[in-house]
Amino acid sequence: MNRFQNTWLISAALLSMSAPVAAQEALSIDQKVNQAFATATGPFVNLIFAPFPGTSFPWIVMWLVIAATIFTLYFGFVQLRYFAHAIQLVKGEYTDPDDAGEVSHFQALATALSGTVGLGNIAGVAVAVGIGGPGATFWMILAGLLGMASKFTECTLGVKYRNEYEDGTVSGGPMYYISKGFNELGLPGGKILAVVFSIFCILGALGGGNMFQANQAHAQISGIVGDYPGWITGLIFAVVVFAVIVGGIKSIANVTEKVVPFMGILYVVAALIILLVNFNMIGWAFGQIFAGAFTGLGVAGGMVGALIQGFKRAAFSNEAGVGSAAIAHSAVKTKEPITEGFVSLLEPLIDTVVICTMTALVIIISQQLIVDEATGRYMLNEAGTAIATVDGNSGVALTSAAFASGISWFPYVLAVAVVLFAFSTMISWSYYGLKAWTYLFGEGKTSEMTFKLIFCVFVVIGAAASLGPVIDFSDAAIFAMAVVNIFCLYFLMKIVRKELASYSARLESGEIKKYSH
Amino acid sequence: MAAKIVIGLDGTDTGERALAFAKDLASRMDVCELLVAYVIEWSPFTFQTAEENERRHKRREEEIALATSRIVDPAVAKLKEAGFAATGLVRHGDVAETLNRLSNENGATQIVVGRASSDGFTKRLFGSSTQNLVMHADVPVTVVG
Repeated sequence: MNRFQNTWLISAALLSMSAPVAAQEALSIDQKVNQAFATATGPFVNLIFAPFPGTSFPWIVMWLVIAATIFTLYFGFVQLRYFAHAIQLVKGEYTDPDDAGEVSHFQALATALSGTVGLGNIAGVAVAVGIGGPGATFWMILAGLLGMASKFTECTLGVKYRNEYEDGTVSGGPMYYISKGFNELGLPGGKILAVVFSIFCILGALGGGNMFQANQAHAQISGIVGDYPGWITGLIFAVVVFAVIVGGIKSIANVTEKVVPFMGILYVVAALIILLVNFNMIGWAFGQIFAGAFTGLGVAGGMVGALIQGFKRAAFSNEAGVGSAAIAHSAVKTKEPITEGFVSLLEPLIDTVVICTMTALVIIISQQLIVDEATGRYMLNEAGTAIATVDGNSGVALTSAAFASGISWFPYVLAVAVVLFAFSTMISWSYYGLKAWTYLFGEGKTSEMTFKLIFCVFVVIGAAASLGPVIDFSDAAIFAMAVVNIFCLYFLMKIVRKELASYSARLESGEIKKYSH
Repeated sequence: MAAKIVIGLDGTDTGERALAFAKDLASRMDVCELLVAYVIEWSPFTFQTAEENERRHKRREEEIALATSRIVDPAVAKLKEAGFAATGLVRHGDVAETLNRLSNENGATQIVVGRASSDGFTKRLFGSSTQNLVMHADVPVTVVG
């Protein structure tokens, strides 16, 4: 850790001394940051991604999928049974008109979505398909559908056990439902688990919610304007993030919040256009997805490789079971916590099943992945770690190249989208991280400022480091949150089931009514 | 039964004229109750940051307190001084929809509003709240210029 800090201090000193550093020297800063970062985070990453003994299958991936399956069964396929009801709730059909002016279901969902729809959908999917092949898409969709039940569980609890302060502000999230829920059930250790979750949440905020975003935003920008040192992008991002979260310049965040949804729609429309133009290949693409899902079509690790990648990226993208969404959803105004649970189950659907699948289909259809004509299997790159691509691209560059093959100018739009998605995800995660931080260290100006400054520093590190170590750490930190969160959800899920039974009975009896607007 | 008139204020001069008109109208009736309403334009379908959401409840209370003390209470006081039976309400929502709902809920027979004070692009695109109210209201609407 000391070496890591020293390197950072040196880098920071260099930055402040002279901005126009020679390119060569700047590159070495990037390399140093990268090296120090990889060394510092290695043990943590190895622990989280440790395989089952005698296999290459990381236990954490199974952990998430088994949980999502258990929640799906325990709540009797809540994602199917209450899907239509969730839509009605978002439309406001069950909202008392006298509550107008409070946070609506739609707003809570949109806020949570802007935190999850980010580079996971664009870059993360490219990583998954690039390593796991088209088959990864199948497992990703399956994980997305199952994940809806995990999201339902955690968001219901998030609202039920949130803190409502005297001045009317609210704070919610796993740390609150773990400590209060365990207390209510008479279980020991709630407080400790909540603290452990908070620590991981801070790491997750700095990793996936920050460094990964900065890193891929830089990759996209440098792919268009030419290669330049990552710390420059990082510094610019850090200044803007600083202006918003420290300087309180709300207008930047407000503009982003308003533009991001349209960018999301634009992204899906562009993907649909490319799919329509190549409609004759859609059948083939799905063929590749199904064949790849069960055979791997030559990817590293075969079928298991495809499955691991698909599950990993789905979890990283929609964060079901991670607990972050419970923080975002808990601000809603409702008398029935479970209604927010229903609404939140739409999140993995929009995020993973719709947006991620679009990205995957475009990458597959654009034929960026090189197939061995003779065998019909994918060819691996020289290192044998991923599928060889036409221009040797990976991550966001691969998505960008795939879109460019259909719409040549789209990378420019994508660059704007990537920057905005990255930015809005960072702002959302700075909030999640801050909530965990204040849970640990208490609310107060100094405490909050400390976290915000650390957050900004990590933006620069994230942009400067290379994709490998950043993505490993980001994944590890986010999954570490899921370890604690899901463990606790197993104990707390009976509370949610009681809520579900009571609510569905009252919905059926007509006690819970629609309002005429 | 007393006639009831909803007066929609918007904090501008035209709102004041609507108030004056309603007073005049009420003075010609035997028994008339006046309901002064101020609607804070708000949509449940906007995009907000997590921080805004966290403070939304507090902000809403502040908005209601402000509108009540600055606009509705003074208007109600003036009406009462002049000898009318008057009450006040502040609500969030779509202005036209909410005024119509309030008039239905309170059994009002008429709505009096000022003419649109907004101008420009948004009005051309979506029409003004006044236009929407006139077109969709369930009771007669008087627009004061």
